Amino acid sequence: MSAAVGIAIVSHSAEVARGTADMVRQMVGDAVPLGHCGGDPDGGLGTSVERILAAIDDAWSEGGVAVLVDLGGAETNSEMAIELLPAERQGKVVICNAPIVEGAVMAATEAWGGASLDQVRATAEELSPP
Amino acid sequence: MSTTQEYGSILLTHAVGLHARPSVKLTKLAKGFVARIELAMADNGPWVDAKSIVKVMGTKAPQGTVLYFRAEGADAAEAVQALTELVARDFDEGGGDAASG
Repeated sequence: MSAAVGIAIVSHSAEVARGTADMVRQMVGDAVPLGHCGGDPDGGLGTSVERILAAIDDAWSEGGVAVLVDLGGAETNSEMAIELLPAERQGKVVICNAPIVEGAVMAATEAWGGASLDQVRATAEELSPP
Repeated sequence: MSTTQEYGSILLTHAVGLHARPSVKLTKLAKGFVARIELAMADNGPWVDAKSIVKVMGTKAPQGTVLYFRAEGADAAEAVQALTELVARDFDEGGGDAASG
């Protein structure tokens, strides 16, 4: 059986990121690798590629990592972070097109059951059909 | 080998209904069984996959709803029993006080 997919939470706010991670921990438990980050290096609102890389690292799993983001900059910086990952990790990290809090809880629930990265992303994205 | 299909129903007494936390618990429990498990709010459906967190939460079942389970597969009977018991125990949340935990 493959390792549970990890979840990385990327918000513009450290508090939103931490709160979202708390919800995942409380509702789904500790069996799913989890990383989170929020805020820019100066302590303001924003995202930083460096912190996103650290969050992906915290959430790292051989099964891959699903990234949940809030607003535009979180997504572009997450894309940049993924490009900076070692080649063997790049294909195992995906950004989910889903609301950050709900998506993180749904994705983690699916990951807990041993689902693949594609299934985890599909579950998070099922929330907001195009 | 014949297929076993098991049914069960239970009154949802949890104060906030099938909201986020209860839904996660129900889905996690369902995923632990190999049987195909479905959930409905009426005995004639529509049935949704009890292992899908989005579908379970999407039922938005309020307090007072009777939840119906049906399961098919090797451990179907155990699955229906475990799920109805979870609902009967108010998802182990002591009356469903949303502030607890």
